[in-house]
Amino acid sequence: MLFVPTVAMLLKASTEGPINFWRIATSEVALSTYDVTFVTALLAGLINGVFGTLIAWVLVRYNFPFKKIIDAVIDFPFALPTAVAGLTLATVYSNNGWIGSLLVPFGIKVSFTRLGVWVAMVFISLPFVVRTVQPVLTEMERDIEEAAWCLGASQWQTFWRVILPPLMPAILTGVALGFARAVGEYGSTVIVASNIPFKDLIAPVLVFQRLEQYDYSGATVIGTVLLAISLLILLAINLLQAWGRRYA
Amino acid sequence: MHNLEPSLHHDTPPTEQAYPKKQRNWVPAVLIGVAIAYLSLILFIPAINVFVQAFSKGFGTFLQQMTKPNFLHAAQLTLMLALITVPLNTIFGLCAAWAIARKKFPGRALILSIIDLPFSVSPVVAGLMIVLLYGRNGWFGPFLEAHGIRIVFAFPAMVLATAFIAMPFVAREVIPVLEEAGFDQEECARTLGANEWQIFWRVTLPNIRWGLLYGVILTNARVMGEFGAVAVVSGNITGKTQPLPLFVEEAYKQYETSAAYSAAVLLTMLAVVTLIAKEILERRTSNRSGVH
Repeated sequence: MLFVPTVAMLLKASTEGPINFWRIATSEVALSTYDVTFVTALLAGLINGVFGTLIAWVLVRYNFPFKKIIDAVIDFPFALPTAVAGLTLATVYSNNGWIGSLLVPFGIKVSFTRLGVWVAMVFISLPFVVRTVQPVLTEMERDIEEAAWCLGASQWQTFWRVILPPLMPAILTGVALGFARAVGEYGSTVIVASNIPFKDLIAPVLVFQRLEQYDYSGATVIGTVLLAISLLILLAINLLQAWGRRYA
Repeated sequence: MHNLEPSLHHDTPPTEQAYPKKQRNWVPAVLIGVAIAYLSLILFIPAINVFVQAFSKGFGTFLQQMTKPNFLHAAQLTLMLALITVPLNTIFGLCAAWAIARKKFPGRALILSIIDLPFSVSPVVAGLMIVLLYGRNGWFGPFLEAHGIRIVFAFPAMVLATAFIAMPFVAREVIPVLEEAGFDQEECARTLGANEWQIFWRVTLPNIRWGLLYGVILTNARVMGEFGAVAVVSGNITGKTQPLPLFVEEAYKQYETSAAYSAAVLLTMLAVVTLIAKEILERRTSNRSGVH
């Protein structure tokens, strides 16, 4: 179930020959989709790194009404089918949608642009950082913060020097997990984007289009590139988690 | 035991009493405000929008959409997929979890990290793998064609694709519970003369039931909602190989917005039920570990 399909794809890709493989993998369309996919996914991961940490902090440290419900709803992007996410984001951020219409006066278009792809990626990768940071923050001893305060550190210094360093592995793990998810995402991004090459076409959609044109070698080569990058991210996540365990 | 300490801290909020001067009062308010604003833009407003759009033309339109044949077929197909894939993945997940948690064998660490592969690989690539394997030009293609078995662009491939995508959930939830439970109880049952089957049903299963149930719920949510992998392998033929998520996209593309949102509401309800079940299960397991 797991090995055979992976091996089948790698073998199929290897029949291509290195020169042909390189030519397809670095064709102009492919390069532009890597740009859209990876840069956008990275930006989505990073903003979730910042706001996800903030949300985790707020949920762990403060009390406010509806906290329990908000905490539970964080997992919504995990549970919601991606097609529904794409559908509702495309509507809300369209030119006459609830949020999109507010952005029109500023000349900002979200749905059917690269920005829309970004919003969809932010949506689906939102829970990762919150869920990796939350347990670390809960376990963290408050004594060290108190010690920092007692020694005269300002709130800002306490945050940068005392709280953030042990959180860093968890934050980066969350960003990497979110990034991996965003890179592979298909359902929501394909609906939110217009899927025009060189504009907002992402790599998974290109694989799909190649397959629809019965261009199996094209699909396989780009699919292999995506798979290799997934494996690299998986490796990075394992290393990050090993790093995080040093603080535990 | 780990749960005890933070909860003690929660009972005595130190922020107000211990450091009355250092703590600026507006900081929590601003942070909470920013967090809620961010969540609203990304999460709350889009979620509410699904329900508003679906019921904007009244409940009648919604019901009417639900009785159309293409919709009914899509819903039926999604249910069928779940009915077949979820038990399949549950059995596989249990076996995998048991092997990883209970047996020491070479390459165990590798398997443990490889089992997460379906989470990090793009669903489209997963679908592509199935096509390359079972498609007309694939490895098993000629054999299947000779025997008149159609897998790709038909129901079997959809089962394979969703099973692949949702594979890790059960194993991932069960492995930590199995490891925590340890061998002792099973050893004890064995010395008292229980056979393997009895040990599994009477000792192991009751220990892991909540973790297992959680894994099954997550699997079900993923199976019913999977889009990318199914889109690649199913051929997306309306009324034939089009489950609900694909129906949503197709209807949206055809400007049948109310049909799209009616189906979307059903899938959103599935997500809501999943979240509620998850909350209940988490409360149950944390209560149990609190008692220990």
